[in-house]
Amino acid sequence: MVSPLAAVLLIFLVLPIVLIVIVSFWRATEFSIIPAFEFDNYAFLFGSPVTYTVFFNTFKYAVITWACTLLIGFTVAYYLAFHIRSQTWQIALFLLCTIPFWTSNIIRMISWIPFLGRNGIANSTLMSWGVIDDPIEWLLFSDFAVILAFVHLYTLFMVVPIFNTMMRIDKSLIEAARDAGANGAQILWNVIIPLTKPGIMIGTIFVVTLVMGDFITVRFMSGSQSANVGRLISNDIALLQYPSASATAIVLLLTVLITIGILLRFVDIRKEL
Amino acid sequence: MTKFTQRNGLSRRTLLKGAASTAVAAGATTLGAPMLWAQNIKDVTLRQFGTGVSNLNDVANKVQEDLGFTLEMTALDTDSVTQRAATQPNSFDIADIEYFICKKVWAAGNLQAMDTTKIDNYDKIAGTFRSGLLTPESTIAQGTAPHTVGFTSGQNGTDFVQEESGWMTLIPTIYNADTLGIRPDLIGRPINNWSELLNPEFKGKASILDISSIGIMDMAMVVESMGEYTYPDKGNMTKEEIDLTMAIFTEAKQNGQFRAFWKSFDESVNLMASGEVVIQSMWSPAITAVKSQGIPCVYQPLEEGYRSWGGGLGISAALSGIELEAAYEYINWYLSGWVGGYLMRQGYYSAVPETSKEFMSEDEWGFWYEGKAAEGDILSPTGDKLAGAGEVRDGGSFLDRMGSVVCWNSVMDENQYMVRKWNEFIAA
Repeated sequence: MVSPLAAVLLIFLVLPIVLIVIVSFWRATEFSIIPAFEFDNYAFLFGSPVTYTVFFNTFKYAVITWACTLLIGFTVAYYLAFHIRSQTWQIALFLLCTIPFWTSNIIRMISWIPFLGRNGIANSTLMSWGVIDDPIEWLLFSDFAVILAFVHLYTLFMVVPIFNTMMRIDKSLIEAARDAGANGAQILWNVIIPLTKPGIMIGTIFVVTLVMGDFITVRFMSGSQSANVGRLISNDIALLQYPSASATAIVLLLTVLITIGILLRFVDIRKEL
Repeated sequence: MTKFTQRNGLSRRTLLKGAASTAVAAGATTLGAPMLWAQNIKDVTLRQFGTGVSNLNDVANKVQEDLGFTLEMTALDTDSVTQRAATQPNSFDIADIEYFICKKVWAAGNLQAMDTTKIDNYDKIAGTFRSGLLTPESTIAQGTAPHTVGFTSGQNGTDFVQEESGWMTLIPTIYNADTLGIRPDLIGRPINNWSELLNPEFKGKASILDISSIGIMDMAMVVESMGEYTYPDKGNMTKEEIDLTMAIFTEAKQNGQFRAFWKSFDESVNLMASGEVVIQSMWSPAITAVKSQGIPCVYQPLEEGYRSWGGGLGISAALSGIELEAAYEYINWYLSGWVGGYLMRQGYYSAVPETSKEFMSEDEWGFWYEGKAAEGDILSPTGDKLAGAGEVRDGGSFLDRMGSVVCWNSVMDENQYMVRKWNEFIAA
């Protein structure tokens, strides 16, 4: 007998993935897909230089976003966990961090567009202050805009798990470190960071998978000018090239799994939790 | 994203009103609704989907009022429309699609041919959709011209025939001639050629649409205008021609010529209205939308001519019985003028101009169709002012504009190759 959990996983996770794998070997024409077993889709995928650029782009977005969200997320969590003494305030400020999440993902992203545009608020403010003479073009529809939006959207996914692990650090460990003569930086480096590793790792997995799987942020914030793997897939689907989209999806899935596998080598989350 | 669904609630009151007006309409006009069905046709719900251009809530409301049955509309972007027509035949009753999409999806057998003898205004449909000739002297433009995919051999035909066979694949409803939109206030000099899109003067301020089958045609217009290459048939390029076209645009993209690419109507409006872009591929009502914000925007006629497109209504192969009758009734109503007038006042052309004329004022007809100077304010169907007295439509009269069409949106033999190359262009 299969346990209920296994059954759910089988139907809603394994089966769809198996289907995607199968379709990735099919052949597509203009408006129909034909069952087949051929490697054309993969051959085209690996044969096109664009694929490599796009995968590189996807990693670039993931790494930069990860670094920024980690820095901001860690700082925010640290402040909340160690500088705010009263629990009421901790909860209040933590909830404050979640306010942007009350609106939809896409709205938060799109609201950057009028702000960053050529005649947007950022440029007109800078120009009125006399900082710049001509509007800065790369603020919008650029990699900068894409990463800014990613950081804005996903920092909270870093804050929450890090804050959570920090709250569980036994405060007496920090006192002991201080009694033993450690200064602030040493406590941070030798006590707090090692103990928050699981939180950092969970946050990392969230951010990396979210960024690598995204397509809509890249489309809107780059003005359709940059591509990541998600956009490649969505373009294929829009053009009815399901087999080709499936092949790309499988390659992306494997890439993300390998990335997470490598990450998990650093920290044994199960043990640490 | 641009996806929304509109449902019309069916209250007892609107139902009664609808029934009453159906009876009046059937008696008084040429609608000729088969009275046999009149008792229960108001229980029918037709599901229509299409691009945003003609999937208007006002049309659904008017159908309810005039015909008494419910029309559910779903507006999607061009690619999604193709996808649905080809892969989800049970999700719609009426497909409001473009002719080049018809070429892609007709062979799938999800649509049924329509009997032209049941179309009251068939004889009044513009020549472009029947013989392909706008006027007897016209030449037929390159690409997927509507009449080439407008007829099939019989009720169950999956082929296309070149003569008026009495069985239409789509009933034409709407068409227009497209060109580049510009911001005259930000450019400050005359623009006369398609090649200006890649003029380094507009570096970082140009845009093109990210819909491959339409975008490639705009690209071809630009390439020809630059004198780089003259295509034997823009509407059916060879692989080498596709490579050449993409290479020119990829280079421009990498040099930072483009500010952004757009996929949906409102994106193009925002790009233009905010001044991010000063020259781009655009659709007529997008120009209207920019203008109605009080921002100068011109649908610039260019020396090389226009790229054109046409759309029509197709009926799902699954429809039969009373639903099929309702669909015919709806299509007859569609061609009877009210919708035509509505679309014409947005800057499109109606496939049956004669009937639309009755639903437009003389001044509106003169401005939109005949290219005459407006005598008073020209208002959009929603009441925004689009032009004042003395203004003339960009490009002039119907015959001037449609007569200068040099290519139609199309599907090429090498479409799949083109699509892959397009994907690469976007990612490059």
